[in-house]
Amino acid sequence: MKILTTPRMERCIGCHSCSLACARLVHKRLSWDTAGIRIRSSGGLSTGFDARLCLACDPAPCVMACPTGAFSQRKGGGVVVRKRLCIRCGACAKACPVDAIYLDANGEPFVCLHCGRCVPYCPHDCLEHSEFSRGAAPAGKEAAVAGEVES
Amino acid sequence: MIREYFRVLLVDLSAGRSTITDIDGRDTVAGGSGLAAMLFEKYGIPDKPWNELGQPLIFAIGPLTGYFPLMSKTVCAFKSPYHDQFAESHAGGRSALSMRFADFDALVITGRAKSPSALIVGSRHIEIKDVHYLWGTDLYVAGKMLRRMLPGSGHRTILRIGPAGERQSPMACINADTYRHFGRLGAGAVMGSKNLKGIMIHGDGSFLLPEGNEYAKVFDKVYRDMTDTDMMSKYHNLGTPGNVRVMNDLKALPIRNLQSTADPATEGITGERFAEVALLRNAACAGCPVGCIHIGFVRERFREENRYIYRQISYDHELIFAVGSMLGVMDCFEVLKLIDVAEKMGLDVMSPGVALAWATEALAKGIITEKETLVPLAFGNAASYQAALQHMAYGTNEFYELLSQSTEKAAERYGGGDFACVLGQEMAGYATGETFFVSQALGLRHSHLDAGGYSYDQKPKGRTIEDAVKFLVKDEKGRVFLTSMVSCLFARGVYSDEVLCSCLKSVGYGALADNMDAVAGEIQRLRWKMRVGSGYRPEDVSIPKRFTEVTTWKGQIDSVFLAGLKDQYASAIRALADTDKDMAKSPS
Repeated sequence: MKILTTPRMERCIGCHSCSLACARLVHKRLSWDTAGIRIRSSGGLSTGFDARLCLACDPAPCVMACPTGAFSQRKGGGVVVRKRLCIRCGACAKACPVDAIYLDANGEPFVCLHCGRCVPYCPHDCLEHSEFSRGAAPAGKEAAVAGEVES
Repeated sequence: MIREYFRVLLVDLSAGRSTITDIDGRDTVAGGSGLAAMLFEKYGIPDKPWNELGQPLIFAIGPLTGYFPLMSKTVCAFKSPYHDQFAESHAGGRSALSMRFADFDALVITGRAKSPSALIVGSRHIEIKDVHYLWGTDLYVAGKMLRRMLPGSGHRTILRIGPAGERQSPMACINADTYRHFGRLGAGAVMGSKNLKGIMIHGDGSFLLPEGNEYAKVFDKVYRDMTDTDMMSKYHNLGTPGNVRVMNDLKALPIRNLQSTADPATEGITGERFAEVALLRNAACAGCPVGCIHIGFVRERFREENRYIYRQISYDHELIFAVGSMLGVMDCFEVLKLIDVAEKMGLDVMSPGVALAWATEALAKGIITEKETLVPLAFGNAASYQAALQHMAYGTNEFYELLSQSTEKAAERYGGGDFACVLGQEMAGYATGETFFVSQALGLRHSHLDAGGYSYDQKPKGRTIEDAVKFLVKDEKGRVFLTSMVSCLFARGVYSDEVLCSCLKSVGYGALADNMDAVAGEIQRLRWKMRVGSGYRPEDVSIPKRFTEVTTWKGQIDSVFLAGLKDQYASAIRALADTDKDMAKSPS
């Protein structure tokens, strides 16, 4: 199964279009928090940007921590979320080693579902939604000849 | 949050208290510029000085902020230390989206904190924090410390001032998130007068979207126009610095205090040259996929044994003009170093650059001496300008203290008003002709963005004064509606009336969408009422002789057209401001 990765974050301009798209299209909200991908500056704007998102763990620590089965293991990495089972305990967010799960003021968790709907909104192609095999050589753009300039 | 009223946070720094108030007016003033003017009408004290305790510092966003691309700016309104009248300044960065997600349409700050403070605002948090230990720090240090002390990395805005703002110089800016600024007319001094070193707004709220799929559909159309067409390429390719060569080729680039308008040496500071040797990367305001912010670098050797530091500095046409062509500094790295000094000090870059161009000519003419300037100001001498910018920030002597108030004030004291490049405030980087000169000299913000006078100048000759006045009034009306949404004006090609109408409707502002033209007119009149009501007399504005000596691609400036246009535009402004007879009259 495809997963969302951020192989070209050096290109990020900090427009938050990915987060806003995720919140708008997946979660039906206007927000840059209640989104599966969230952008922050890596120590001030002069040092560029980091993306917070699920790294598609398998097994996923958040799944193991979830007491109700609201988070279950997704094939190929990451999680499947069933919100109606969630009791807002926040255990998933605590268990995530890379701070990928956002809890809103009511304790509702938001995490990347690896659907890829944010990808077309990135103006600099920082994101990729593709089959991924940990440790394999890069494919797609990353395999391109160094120094190639996109038109 | 879609709502028919405005949710406004009022902060009284003297009392150390805040309150939240709901104010009607969505369908009459929309938001942004309109809301800021309305709040100034409600909370401003037109007949008291700008630094009076009760004067408000206002930040306002619009009905479409965060909902659509490039709806990414915040309007700041205040009584300006530059002319002691109503003023507006705009900035992006993360300020607009942070306010949206903190769930305030506007922030109104009055009073003066007991000790240097930072105001911290979020959707569930309001605090006035003592930061006396940051007073005196430059902008970069203040930014670093505030980032470390406060939560919300990535989803907050940090507005702060430097030494120039603390000293209340009318040329002090408010820096927004390192690379953007509420630059002109002295908003930084207003923060300084309130003992406010920084404002952090944490955008930590979220809202449900309107029902149905209309919003997502309209969003996608606008987004595609912004990113998949050529409509915005000017801004994300070379960015505004692309204008340097264009203006130079037109003989419309102000050079060496507007002594000339074209020079082959400007090739060293064109947008093309910057992109080739100094452009490090781009950045964007939150909510803008265009990313017009161009960040260059300078590398400085500090030891013989190959030890270097580097700095990242954002650049734009206006800055390159102000501390580049205007000062005869024709090397892009030297320009970046000058921008860097001004930034660090919390000075606007444009006004000090133009002021120093006047000082350079005044020194050469013997009107002032090195006793005043302290350094040998000379066109092209970048090192002396670095020192002079610091002198302006700190007001080192009487001369720099006056110059950092305005070129006009320095010229009143020392002479040389004929060659002061002042159009209401220090000029912007377009010497395109009569209509631009009048537009900036009389315009509400004294900005090249008040109306497109520079583009009108480029249309074929033979137009009448009446036609030019009509253009300025109509163009301003369109722009004030955009700045009430609050759109970046770079998006004006995409946000036609039709597109704005469908945007407003898609999120539930149907009444506003159906009445855009009337609302735009109301906002335009309200802003002028505030300006005139706080003492502005458009008929008293004078345009210095230097502007009549300019030669552009059209030839010599037409002084008769210039004078006639100035008088008639002043009358048009008067008419706009006087429509409501109940308003406070302009003091004589």
